[in-house]
Amino acid sequence: MVNVLGAVFNLNNPAHVVHWHFFQMSVSNIVVIVAMLVVFALAILLPFPGAARRQAAREQGSGS
Amino acid sequence: MSVAATPKRNWTVRTREAGVAALPPEKLLPEGQPTYVDSWIYIFGVATLSALIVIIGSGMILTLKGPAWWHDTGIGHFFNSIHLWAVELFFFTMVVHLWGKYWMAAWRGGRAKVWMTGAITFLIAVPAALTGYVSQQNFDAQWISTQAKDAMNSLGVGAFFNVTNFGQMYSWHILLFPVAVVALVSAHVLLVRRHGVVPPFELSERDTVSRASDASPPPTPPAGGISAGDSVAGGAPGGAPPGGAPNPSDPLGRQGAGS
Repeated sequence: MVNVLGAVFNLNNPAHVVHWHFFQMSVSNIVVIVAMLVVFALAILLPFPGAARRQAAREQGSGS
Repeated sequence: MSVAATPKRNWTVRTREAGVAALPPEKLLPEGQPTYVDSWIYIFGVATLSALIVIIGSGMILTLKGPAWWHDTGIGHFFNSIHLWAVELFFFTMVVHLWGKYWMAAWRGGRAKVWMTGAITFLIAVPAALTGYVSQQNFDAQWISTQAKDAMNSLGVGAFFNVTNFGQMYSWHILLFPVAVVALVSAHVLLVRRHGVVPPFELSERDTVSRASDASPPPTPPAGGISAGDSVAGGAPGGAPPGGAPNPSDPLGRQGAGS
């Protein structure tokens, strides 16, 4: 049970590294950077909850 | 001849007056935020702030209990993990916040100090985290410190910033760097309150166009610019309009006196 809850991934080994010419970075760092890029894109693209409703209420208020 | 008694203006009065003038209560604690803040990209600043609060709180508990506790007990492991993952979230959200503010050029409209305090906070937070990693009191810390010492020596700071010296690194980590980060973040937040949240480009340009079309006297409020709701938090648009009519008293072409 403890092993199951210990870690989703087995971390008891040397880090996996992506190495291509001059570029060298651990897989875990690449995963974090990609996750940040995905979150950044989603933050721009996804509508904010209630924003459309508040915008409509403002336009209705300014139009009357 | 008698002289009318004038109230004494000592340094506390001058400080209070300067503080209230720079940051009146309605700006310090506004009733609402501008309409353009209705976007996910604007939450990462406060997310970073929330992570920092968790870091400070969990760090205080770790400081009180010590290395034996955080290595040898279950609850110690738990708070150690809380501290670590709060740091991971802090940097994650701070980087997304940095990207968002960079691409919207958040230094517009007299917000250079806001940008600079944020950037310096990021630079200070990196060694703050490093000193934490080398203060763990385990083999991981030993490995990191022996690797980092070469970097410090190559920078020429290894003589007085010795990453293999636990006592010195621990002092930097629990006092000097946290004080610097908290002070800078406090200044950053107060500057955001003073200048308002930076508007997106579209809103800023729309206001610029309306101000340019209203260049002839008498000055009128921008018809298509920021609405009353937008200006609640003092979110003034930035940048002098090309060929337009910026505020003559403001070299950056900002609107209003307080922004």
